Amino acid sequence: MTDFALTTFSSKGKLLQIEYALNAVAKGDTAIGIKAKNGVVLVVEKKQSSILVEESSVQKVALLTDNIAATYAGLGPDFRVLAQQARKLVKKYDLKYQEEIFVQTLSRELAEDVQVATQRGGIRPFGVSILIAGYDEEGPHLVQLDPSGAYYSWKATAIGKQAKNAKAFLEKRYNADMEIEDAINTALLTLKEGFEGQITPTNIEVGVIRDDHVFRILPPSQVKDYLEELE
Amino acid sequence: MSGIFEYNGGSIVGMKGKNCIAMACDRRFGQQMSTITTNYQKVFKIQDNILLALSGLNTDIHTFYALMEKEINLYNLKENRKMKPTTFANLVASALYERRFGPFFVTPIVAGLENGKPILATYDSIGCKSDLDDFQVGGTGGNYIYGACEAFFKPDMSPEELEEVIGQSLVSGCDRDALSGWGGVVYVLTEQKLTVKILKTKQT
Repeated sequence: MTDFALTTFSSKGKLLQIEYALNAVAKGDTAIGIKAKNGVVLVVEKKQSSILVEESSVQKVALLTDNIAATYAGLGPDFRVLAQQARKLVKKYDLKYQEEIFVQTLSRELAEDVQVATQRGGIRPFGVSILIAGYDEEGPHLVQLDPSGAYYSWKATAIGKQAKNAKAFLEKRYNADMEIEDAINTALLTLKEGFEGQITPTNIEVGVIRDDHVFRILPPSQVKDYLEELE
Repeated sequence: MSGIFEYNGGSIVGMKGKNCIAMACDRRFGQQMSTITTNYQKVFKIQDNILLALSGLNTDIHTFYALMEKEINLYNLKENRKMKPTTFANLVASALYERRFGPFFVTPIVAGLENGKPILATYDSIGCKSDLDDFQVGGTGGNYIYGACEAFFKPDMSPEELEEVIGQSLVSGCDRDALSGWGGVVYVLTEQKLTVKILKTKQT
């Protein structure tokens, strides 16, 4: 632990470490989120480096609480740490208020931790952008959290390698009256657009939350059905 | 100090009605046998739909109330919304337990209306919360007020009936207790308004 900050301003007023962190995110596997009238869907690429990898052991959509989950683009271990931190924040809130935390509240509190990593001495920023999806009293939410600590609410968005193309695709496809089933199909279509190789139920992960406030990560059998529908 | 909870004296009572709640307290602030003032506030409006009543050591009544005010104000600013009465009730329990080994010498009662439904909760001084269906008392005159409440209370009373019953129970109780009294204040909360009435008790 050093006394001085590693992330300091350049003469142009930029924080290069954060820019570089965003570069790491831009190299990561694509993740897409779409908010429908009655739910939110998260879809993420799960490309394995080799066929020898045990696919089921890799979990890219992490449940933060019953009604909120997150996925990412960028450095897997950094996401793991933030997901755990988020789970602790949920429980801390729960202990104090015994109430279901709002997605906006969790996003804001987690963003605080991410921002600290851009200012505290001796540590580097997190190399992930996170998509937080949840359904609380206010309704469905989709929030993106960047390495800078900035967070934005989206109707639909994409992060990672194919972010630009995917967002352009989404801009055409998205409409505010979308129901969750349409959103799932659209998300899968969007991911398929820029997918390298064949999309299969085991090289992607799909998470859905509907108005029952329960986030579910779909098993490969269900993903297979959705993918077949796309044909 | 024979009883730190008895040093200042004072009594509070909370009651549920039909889509309304009521809280009442006495007005005495004493130091053992001496009476210092007869207008000490023990029921506080935390939010439009939440009342907090506190009995016990007056300095802690004041401090704990200020702490709860701070919490709810910060919550309103951070979360950009009002706090639900059930959430506030849980917050009080956490806040009390946080001082488990150096507690606030207070016994709070929280009453509120959540979507029209009455909420009533009471605690010991270290945050053991009990949710109640009818009424609860606190303070040095508590046991006397209990007797009157048991006799007069019935469920689903209208705001007017509730005001009458809680008022009479408070007055009967405080008149018996040497350390409570010197006036009473009754708060009745409905969806539409909060009414405050000042009662006369035996002036001793």
